[in-house]
Amino acid sequence: MRALLSWIREFTPIEAAPADIADALNQLGLEVEAIDEPGRDINGVIVARILDVLPHPDADRIRLADVEFGDGELRVVCGAPNIEPGMVVPFARVGAVLPGDFKIERRKIRGIVSEGMLCSARELGLGDDHSGIVALPPNTPLGSDVREALGLDDVVFELAITPDRPDAMGITGIARELAAHFALPFTVEEHEPAPVVDVSGDSRVVVEATDRCPRFVGLVATVTMGESPAWMQRRLTLAGMRPISNVVDVTNYVMLERCRPLHAFDLGRLAGRGIVVRLARDGEKMTTLDDVERTLTPEDLLICDAERSPQAIAGIMGGAAAEVSNATTEILLESAYFEPFGIAKTAKRLGLRSEASARFERGIDPNGAGTGAARAMELFEQVAAAVPAAGAIDVYPQPTERPRITIRTARVNQLLGTALTDSQVADELRPLGVDVVDGVATAPTFRPDLEREIDLVEEVARRVGLSNITRTIPASPEKIGGLTPQQRDRRTASDVLVGAGYDEVFTLPLLAQADLVAHGDLTTGIVEVANPLRAEESILRPSLLPGLVRAAAHNAAHGLPDVALFEQGTVFGAPAEGDTLPREVHALGALRAGSVRRAPYEPDRGVSVHDAAAPLWALIDELRVAAFEIGPATASHVGFRRGCVAALTIDNGTVVGVIGELDTTPAACAFELDLDALCAATRLDRTFAPVSRFPASTIDLAFVVHTDVLAAELQSVLRATAPNLIEEVRLFDVFRSGTLGAHKVSLAFSMRFRAPDRTLTDDEVGRLRKQAIDAAMHAFPGAELRG
Amino acid sequence: MSERREAGMSAAELVARAEAIKAEGLDALQAADGLNALADVERRFLGKASPLNEIREAIKTVDGSERAAVGKAVSAARAALEAAHEERREQLAAAAADAIPREVVDLTLPPRDYTRGHLHPVTRIWRELEDVFVGLGYKVAEGPEVELDWYNFEALNFPPGHPARAMQDTLYVKLGEAEQVLLRTHTSPVQVRVMESQPPPIYIVAPGRVYRRDTLDARHSPVFHQIEGLVVDRGITLGDLLGTIEAFIHALFGHDIQARFLPSFFPFTEPSVEFGMSCVFCRGGGCTVCSKTGWIELGGAGMVDPNVFTAVGIDPEEYTGFAFGFGIDRLVQLLYGVDHVKNIWDGDVRFAHQF
Repeated sequence: MRALLSWIREFTPIEAAPADIADALNQLGLEVEAIDEPGRDINGVIVARILDVLPHPDADRIRLADVEFGDGELRVVCGAPNIEPGMVVPFARVGAVLPGDFKIERRKIRGIVSEGMLCSARELGLGDDHSGIVALPPNTPLGSDVREALGLDDVVFELAITPDRPDAMGITGIARELAAHFALPFTVEEHEPAPVVDVSGDSRVVVEATDRCPRFVGLVATVTMGESPAWMQRRLTLAGMRPISNVVDVTNYVMLERCRPLHAFDLGRLAGRGIVVRLARDGEKMTTLDDVERTLTPEDLLICDAERSPQAIAGIMGGAAAEVSNATTEILLESAYFEPFGIAKTAKRLGLRSEASARFERGIDPNGAGTGAARAMELFEQVAAAVPAAGAIDVYPQPTERPRITIRTARVNQLLGTALTDSQVADELRPLGVDVVDGVATAPTFRPDLEREIDLVEEVARRVGLSNITRTIPASPEKIGGLTPQQRDRRTASDVLVGAGYDEVFTLPLLAQADLVAHGDLTTGIVEVANPLRAEESILRPSLLPGLVRAAAHNAAHGLPDVALFEQGTVFGAPAEGDTLPREVHALGALRAGSVRRAPYEPDRGVSVHDAAAPLWALIDELRVAAFEIGPATASHVGFRRGCVAALTIDNGTVVGVIGELDTTPAACAFELDLDALCAATRLDRTFAPVSRFPASTIDLAFVVHTDVLAAELQSVLRATAPNLIEEVRLFDVFRSGTLGAHKVSLAFSMRFRAPDRTLTDDEVGRLRKQAIDAAMHAFPGAELRG
Repeated sequence: MSERREAGMSAAELVARAEAIKAEGLDALQAADGLNALADVERRFLGKASPLNEIREAIKTVDGSERAAVGKAVSAARAALEAAHEERREQLAAAAADAIPREVVDLTLPPRDYTRGHLHPVTRIWRELEDVFVGLGYKVAEGPEVELDWYNFEALNFPPGHPARAMQDTLYVKLGEAEQVLLRTHTSPVQVRVMESQPPPIYIVAPGRVYRRDTLDARHSPVFHQIEGLVVDRGITLGDLLGTIEAFIHALFGHDIQARFLPSFFPFTEPSVEFGMSCVFCRGGGCTVCSKTGWIELGGAGMVDPNVFTAVGIDPEEYTGFAFGFGIDRLVQLLYGVDHVKNIWDGDVRFAHQF
């Protein structure tokens, strides 16, 4: 909404500076997005009268004009065809500045010196008209600043009006707010509505859908079409609307002034000289003013002629058929109240938002339809020589009553933390049109947002001013803040990954079908977006891996192939049986690609899956997960390279994730797990066990086993031989060679023994060594001790 | 020196002798050209068989009244020699250390096995926000990202067809009845879920991901992050809301940054406010970040609408409350100067390494 200060001043005598007014509007909740001062770019242009027009001695198309401007006379060269003696015009003297930082200088045109320039509308930044020099009213004071004469000294406040405030979509509504704020008088001339008749002229109005159109006021008048006067065009232009014709301009003018959208039909082009308001038929078509054919549904409301042909989509846009034109001689003016939700629905479905629909959607004042139409008729008489037919048609079967709302001062103070009295509350509300008598408020019908006590509490808060509310902090002894253990664990997980050299990334949780193909086992049970803006963002990710792979590819494409990335976030799966909402899992994924940097100390080497396992084990260690295992893959993992993928299990073999080498080029290794499930696993307590002060004995054992034997299995067999005396079993060498035999691998372990209460003797260590060897041989038949 | 020539000397002679030994010792210490030589000199002049010890032995032979003078001279000589020895030893030790040839290690080489990752800037601000509110006595609540229309709109006083729904372009999910399952457009549904699941008093914040039907470009993203706050208790006022937001702004940006509140409209709060702060860059003077207004808008807030309380079965006469919400990504953009939203989402490590 573009609100002109000069227009506001017609209703309240506000003298505050524009910056202070903007501040007040903000404090009132009418947010100022910009302040526009249209005359700011014009400087030194004054009002002058043309004394004489002479031909140019050396040119046909340009002439010489002598002008007077109060304290002098000058000669200018002018190419405009419309200049004549006596005309009062804008005169840019030498030194003046026009929009676009165009400085006027003395210059010779075909040998004649021009002492400035006479200006067209376009040169003053007033529009596109460049056909001639602007003609000012003959009585405009000579020598005065042209900005005053043209109304360019105006200030335009560009306001963002919230959806609950239809009243502020009109100049009078804004003026009312400012008058209340600055404690100024506020007056709107009330126009007496014409007396109600059934037939005006020879026209009738039939409203079939009264719930969608609770009120319809129709006025008939003969008009003389033409342009609207300059002052009206100026205001409409500054308000952001294009002047069209005197009749259309008046309807727009009243809409902007009173938040009263109107529509003028060319009565001569309405079949049957009447109006029927009805719902559209399914699939019915009509062409709107913008020359677009619209297909309608029974949810759309139509204004039709007496023969039921659609002439307008109610409250949104008129049709081309009965549009007023230069040939119009008689109009039927519609001033209606349409039910807001219906307008909103149709406007949304058609993608058609107009100045009118923006107002109907918010809910205009049903009781203002008559006075609004009367205001328009007054202007028609002024600018279009209108002669109104007697009386007004007014279909208003159930007039809207002003709502009565109980308001308790104690409740106001309870919510605002104020200490207002009854009379203070009433005094704050009165300038807004809300009358309070004995704790009952009567709200105006131009404020449909005022229905409940709480609505009035908000009004009191606005009137008191938010900056005058004392700022406090709740002091309840019951509030004790903190993160849950799960929330702390999630932070820990990220910190561990960061410590392990992984960069946290965020990838879009919306994927394309193609992203899933690379991860073939993800295509079942996926959750799709019903109305995606792009097909690339149509699937809710079932895994973090596609995003991580894409991020790695992004980096590789920018010359950074060596990355370690991780992400924490929600992944989605089909709803569980009986649920409507999808399964949401808080997942942790990490991916490592390219090389591991070892240089300059050792050569760099390619990433292996064991690199990806490192931060995972660090996390298990930090979380003290009691029984975590990287076991064989339990399901097919299509995105991973066969033979290099394993399931992550906790407790009794519950699978919480997967680790492996991805089936991508270039190679990348990754893991992904259900972080909350991992955190919910059995955890080791952080308790203290005394640390032995006796010396340790270390032995090394190397076994040659079949390659089916997993290192972790052998390790746990060794460890189980003397849990109380074995401090550590560490795999220190893995060796494969033809000399060992086919499918054979040598696994070498270092075992550290230590007793809590004594130094182990050589005999004891020897026995422990033998136990370990025997256990390994027993558990893995065919295993051999390597010499 | 074993001839014990001190025996039978007079007291004056003994004092003179101590002086002489001191002078001789100092010369010898100075003349020692290595730590071994110095050790020899030390043994000679300060060891058990040193001449000063012999003078001490000889004291017994002089008259009792003169013994003190001799003892004093011996002690002074010994102290002087010890000090000189220490000084010389340090000199020689330093010289010896310098003399050892050694390999020079280039410590400007890169660190070995260096690994350090980086948290995403959104995570950093997310945690900072949680910590501020935990400090104010709040717990952190969560809710699903795919929501029912009831939680995202209806229970929050957005009836079907309400124009305020149009303010948030919604992505719907192909589940359940048409347009009943959606990607939450704000973190506010967590409010409803918390109020349904626990009685007041409630002091929570709910950071999380939210979705809008938008294309990823410099200023928009179909996914972004918000943090929601909800307080429900007896006696909560609009003043508490304003004070709490002011406290959070001070905690995050410093006490010289002002909080500003303007009336606004949200279906689920009333009175509703929009809050912002004086520009952290120009301190209110006007710059490009704040579009020359001196103020930066942060988010929306208000007193919980009685309709919302009724929808979740809380008596709005007994309890009052406030709620607030604002964008985390926006704060990240402001605080770190991130000018393009895509940076948040494309996983570029050159971005990550800056935080």
